[in-house]
Amino acid sequence: MRRAYFKNNWVAALVVAPQLLIIFVFFYWPTGQALYWAFTLEQPFGGGSEWVGFENFQYLLSDGRYWDSVWISTVYALATTVLAMGMAMILALFADRQLRGYQSFRIGLIWPYAVAAPAIGLAFRFIFNPSAGVASYLNYAFPDVWNPVMNGNHALTMVIIAGAWKQVSYSFIFFLAGLQSIPRSLTEASAIDGARVMRRMWDIQLPLLTPTVFFLVIINITDSFTDSFGIVSTMTAGGPARATNLMVYKIYEDGFRGLDYSGAAAQSIILMFLVIALTFFQFKYVERRVHYT
Amino acid sequence: MIERTPVLNFVTHAILFTGLAILVLPIYLVVVAASQTLPDVMAIPAKLLPGDQLIVNLKAAWIQAEFATKFQNTIILATGVVVGKIVLAALTAFGIVFFNHRLRMPIFWMVFITLMLPLEVRIVPTYAVAANALSPFQTILDVTGLVWLINVTTGVEVALNWNLLNSYTGLIMPLVATATGTFLYRQFFLTIPDELVEAAKMDGAGPLRFLRDILIPLSTTNMAALATIMFVVGWNQYLWPLLIITDPAYGVAAVELSRMVPDSNTTGGDVPNWHFAMAGTLIVMLPPVVVVILMQRWFVRGLINTDK
Amino acid sequence: MAEISIRDVRKTYGKDEVVHGVNLEIRNGEFVVILGPSGCGKSTLLRMIAGLEAISSGDIAIAGKVVNDLEPRERGCAMVFQNYALYPHMTVSGNIGYALKVAGMKRGAREAKVAEVAKSVGLSEFLDRKPGQLSGGQRQRVAMARAIIREPEVFLFDEPLSNLDAKLRVQMRHEIRRIHNRIGATSVFVTHDQHEGMTLADRMVIMNKGTIEQIGTPEEIYDHPASVYVAGFIGSPAMNFLSGTVRGAEAAIRLGNEGRIDIASGRARALDGRLVQIGLRPENLTMVAPGAGAVTGQFEFAEELGSGRLYHFQFEDLTLTVVSAHKHRFALGQAVGLAMDPAHVHIFDGTSGTRLDALEPARVQTSLQVAQ
Repeated sequence: MRRAYFKNNWVAALVVAPQLLIIFVFFYWPTGQALYWAFTLEQPFGGGSEWVGFENFQYLLSDGRYWDSVWISTVYALATTVLAMGMAMILALFADRQLRGYQSFRIGLIWPYAVAAPAIGLAFRFIFNPSAGVASYLNYAFPDVWNPVMNGNHALTMVIIAGAWKQVSYSFIFFLAGLQSIPRSLTEASAIDGARVMRRMWDIQLPLLTPTVFFLVIINITDSFTDSFGIVSTMTAGGPARATNLMVYKIYEDGFRGLDYSGAAAQSIILMFLVIALTFFQFKYVERRVHYT
Repeated sequence: MIERTPVLNFVTHAILFTGLAILVLPIYLVVVAASQTLPDVMAIPAKLLPGDQLIVNLKAAWIQAEFATKFQNTIILATGVVVGKIVLAALTAFGIVFFNHRLRMPIFWMVFITLMLPLEVRIVPTYAVAANALSPFQTILDVTGLVWLINVTTGVEVALNWNLLNSYTGLIMPLVATATGTFLYRQFFLTIPDELVEAAKMDGAGPLRFLRDILIPLSTTNMAALATIMFVVGWNQYLWPLLIITDPAYGVAAVELSRMVPDSNTTGGDVPNWHFAMAGTLIVMLPPVVVVILMQRWFVRGLINTDK
Repeated sequence: MAEISIRDVRKTYGKDEVVHGVNLEIRNGEFVVILGPSGCGKSTLLRMIAGLEAISSGDIAIAGKVVNDLEPRERGCAMVFQNYALYPHMTVSGNIGYALKVAGMKRGAREAKVAEVAKSVGLSEFLDRKPGQLSGGQRQRVAMARAIIREPEVFLFDEPLSNLDAKLRVQMRHEIRRIHNRIGATSVFVTHDQHEGMTLADRMVIMNKGTIEQIGTPEEIYDHPASVYVAGFIGSPAMNFLSGTVRGAEAAIRLGNEGRIDIASGRARALDGRLVQIGLRPENLTMVAPGAGAVTGQFEFAEELGSGRLYHFQFEDLTLTVVSAHKHRFALGQAVGLAMDPAHVHIFDGTSGTRLDALEPARVQTSLQVAQ
């Protein structure tokens, strides 16, 4: 533990004040307000708001559309996580061998992280567009086989692919770092013990990568609930017929388009708890599983 | 290590190449589309080789979407976020690592919790706050009866209002209100040996001097890492600007991009200008990608340290 | 037969050559210690034998077969690493048996072998633990068991005892020697600790800056160091060195202004006028009346060793040390004569540092490589 401190606590107060002030105004206050709104209902035609207890939540949880949104969000989260992490892990394992061209491959697999969500959304929307773009050829050969404008499943697939593309780089970076923190002497010892490259991947590298895997699963799932807005907004606006209405998009729609503050607030609260639970899970598990001494 | 694995080496390269191709393919298609004329872009089967209209389309997109203004705004946004984060996070981390007061841990937790809830899950109330940034204080004054008191004693009605919509402050502030940078700094500050602090004290330096003369110079690599990430984050902001900016003079690049193609997926009638849209995509994509490529070492280090 | 033949081996990293043309023949079943300071190239040499580093030029042959292009697992070597390199996610039993698992041995047979080897190193009760739950010494033994179980032709040790505390180091040293005596495999042990080298080695190889300075048994190296470097490296407390000039006419070597040693006139004449370095071990100096010895020094202080004392004397601008079981009381600055037994005087060339003493034992080292 640290022993050396400065004595002047007023200075301490002074330096932390700015950030504390900002997070009070822009984080805690809004969060508190969201809680307040979630438990009240704005009277129509003005007149303030009325405390309704859990009514907003009950309404929400009995709404089929809300559960649809939850289901779609879950599918999206799992699909993008599996796709992105799977691809990232394989690429990282082979990139770690550091053969010729390593630097180029590395930077080539990292830069997609810098691309903005709407840019990704727009690009894939073009590519998968049924009447222009590359995918249109499919429709030319087999009419109407691909139509994300009308077909909800197609739309969701398209959104998932875009989402997965976005997340590969992040996982790749962490997997690569995790692999490089495995001491070289372990690799050498197992090579002397007779294990060849693939065997080493299976027996040594993958098991020692498990903390990173846990960590990334949680981060990927959490991010997929929040990062997906830009993609959905530019690709499908939640449609067709709400087939890609992810939870975060629904909040936006209900709150800003539908002006249903209470409903949006209640949804926000639920989403908040979900994210908090996931983050908690991550901290609890990641701390425990670190392997190497 | 001596290892003869020619087949496996070939497979390795093949796999890496394929992965790279998969990631690059969409962008390649964007570049192709951005360099074609409208009829070419809409042609079926799609023409897969780049055309010669790239510069033309880029210019057209730039003008059509008024990217000059948008870029300016986006740069202000990104820079604001970078500077805000770097300065604030350093100060806060300093305050909780180098002083020993009872509030250290509570403050740490308070800041820590902000990590758990990104902006997307609190857009509605944050928007309300942005509409009137002083509303928290107004409410506090209302609730505690101070407004009534001041009114009764001086006849002055206290109505605090500070509208942050359609402003740079409104764009930047909520994004600065999270803990990412603070953790990076805190972790780093914790590795500063006690002896350094003690030596500074012996030399007569007070806390602020120590911060300025010793901590900050030592933190430059951390700052570079944080700056790179925050620049990318700031540049790519979409949701928040979408909500609070309605005045085109304050629009940012990412939002503008989404306006280049009409909302509903059109199949007939109004054909969207895909070639311009793709050119626009390239324009918006380029700055952060360049930054990441140039600063990749700091970028990677920053990512790993902020999240682990 | 697992003899190792190292022929003119060099290692280059980019433009830097770190190992310069090393030649060494290791006999079957021999325990060879490669000794030298950090950066002398000893670990690099060991890793080239193991196959962990490529050989830039030259050959290494194990049991008669050139292994330059062979992968580590094809060379029949087992290695104990400095930080043990145990697999943290496997149990002790898993760690020890890993090589057998890779080789395809069935579980039953494998576990039996693991139990047998674990017993021989005293780890039977720890088989289900993970490395993180073991002490340093226990981890070391796991590393050794992992090497032993493969019944290799060659054992390689890369400073395995450096991370242990002093007492444990001594204990493990004896363990290693005992295991070697029992198994009899050819062993190459790298260290910077000369005590370890002297205790463990059948023969020692002293390395410095990428070349071999001397090869010999510990006794040979101690009694007849081939250069100033080797003489100063081996032996504790360290050897005293004095500069001098040979005076053929006087059949003596002049040391500084007033010192003098007699040497055989034949030798003196042969080396007349040469600048030389004289080496004297502290235990080979005796304290006599001032003027009665080869040199006279002034007493500075004495270190209490328990079994004796280490006396420090000032001679001109040098410090000379003498070890003696007698406990004298000297006054600070007191003049004391230091006598040297000519049989134990080592004479080295003043410029190159190589040994000039012609009175070497009859046995000549064929693989002696003396640094230039």
